Amino acid sequence: MPLGLIKYGLPGKRRARNPLPSAGRLKPRYDVVIVGAGGHGLAAAYYLARDHGITDVAVLDKGWLGGGNTARNTTIIRSNYLTPEGVRFYDESIRLFRGLSGEFDFNILYSERGHLTLAHTDAALRTMRWRAEVNKHLGVDSEVVDLDGLAQLCPPLNLDRGERFPVLGALHHKPGAIARHDAVAWGYAIAAAQRGVEIHQRTEVTGILTDKGRVTGVATTRGRIACGRVLQAVAGTSPLLAAMAGGRAGGGPRGAGPERPPGGGAGGASPLPIRTVPLQACVTEPLKPFLDPIVVSGSLHVYVSQSARGELVMGGPTDPYELYAQRSTLEFKEGLAAPMLALFPFLAEVRVLRQWAGLADMTPDFSPIMGLTPVRGYYIDAGWGTWGFKATPVCGKRMAETVATGQAPALIEPFALERFAAFRQLGERGAASVGH
Amino acid sequence: MKILDCPLNGPRNISEFACGGEAIEMAHPDTVSDAAWADYVFGAGTARGVVREWWFHVPTAYWFIAERDTGTDEVLRTYPASELFGPGGEAGEGA
Repeated sequence: MPLGLIKYGLPGKRRARNPLPSAGRLKPRYDVVIVGAGGHGLAAAYYLARDHGITDVAVLDKGWLGGGNTARNTTIIRSNYLTPEGVRFYDESIRLFRGLSGEFDFNILYSERGHLTLAHTDAALRTMRWRAEVNKHLGVDSEVVDLDGLAQLCPPLNLDRGERFPVLGALHHKPGAIARHDAVAWGYAIAAAQRGVEIHQRTEVTGILTDKGRVTGVATTRGRIACGRVLQAVAGTSPLLAAMAGGRAGGGPRGAGPERPPGGGAGGASPLPIRTVPLQACVTEPLKPFLDPIVVSGSLHVYVSQSARGELVMGGPTDPYELYAQRSTLEFKEGLAAPMLALFPFLAEVRVLRQWAGLADMTPDFSPIMGLTPVRGYYIDAGWGTWGFKATPVCGKRMAETVATGQAPALIEPFALERFAAFRQLGERGAASVGH
Repeated sequence: MKILDCPLNGPRNISEFACGGEAIEMAHPDTVSDAAWADYVFGAGTARGVVREWWFHVPTAYWFIAERDTGTDEVLRTYPASELFGPGGEAGEGA
């Protein structure tokens, strides 16, 4: 070993940083418990500490930090939605995303590429015009581009009119971006831990304790914790955790069978209207940078972007039926390959490097569920289906506000759980994997 | 390829089928409360474990029942809907 190295090993010299110290033992009591150490849960913890001075917070996860959908999404960030509620919400998210690297002093590799949603039919083109006008009205930069514009923005794209579903035009959303998903989770985790938040990994929640309709704590695989407030942020397993708080989804046939408890349950929480469906994605071997914008086709149900290390990140629609398994299928790859090759024929020579799945928590109206629940002190952040990563900062910030004040801020009020019982759904047809 | 055993057509590729969701009892729209109707319309969260589902064989327009484990994706049994909803079925008369 070169002698020069030894001085770096001596105490007092440049010690290696340990940005995320071990959380140690669980305390018997916390002010707030957040279930789920993904991007959303960690962001909420960070903003609770930063904006509201609440630092007696434990973030629990049955697995590891950022190991669920935070690690499994395809990192697309955009705000070109169709409902004004959705556009306002995601626009705030983009503004927060842009500042994260500086705020954390940790590079999240935020990269604005522009986002193209291709239209293959006149009907789709009409929807693009609609989205562009809603977006512009709310100050979001979106415009419809024709084939000449597309050829300039994305030269490798196949614009051959002889295709089965030729490209007719696209919605161009300039702020469309990608970021390093793990870095977002780690950035929030480190920044929250520096402010006193404890992050306990491999700590599974096995029960939600309530008393007279109010949450009093959680039972975990490492013992019980008393707390006055709980935030659930667990994506695909949302129905199962909510069932512990008094909903259902406990297993066994519903309606015809006796195994499932009736709606309402002991704790009084409404059952979540959330279907858990796998969403699959894959990446190719790394290629030279050639694809600047993110390209999406709602009609062909595929999307692709090129990551910082050159891999093409590709995905399609959710799986056709409900399932709690993060397994990959050949059907997905087959279904993806045909439309992808129609858009970029030369990809036929490129190999797929790896493939994976996440569990998407789909709501009936393709909008998330955020805010209060019938159990007092129990807050929910769920229903993120195929659109969760892009909402990480804004959702964390606004859920922190909800937990701190006990009231949902106006920005997320339309996304309340109670909207279903009142038949006030928020149909978001600008969501990914929704055809037009 | 995953194969589903259709009670009418025998084993077929799962791409020929569409899932119709859990076989739940429809609340009577005239007598049910608003809350229970909303619950029926929007459904409860996905149960983990064995559920009873409607499945549809698209080419022959045939609906039937499958019992499937939503944790493992294993199909335990498929059978005609009449077994569940017909005379003598547990969800039949008056259910």
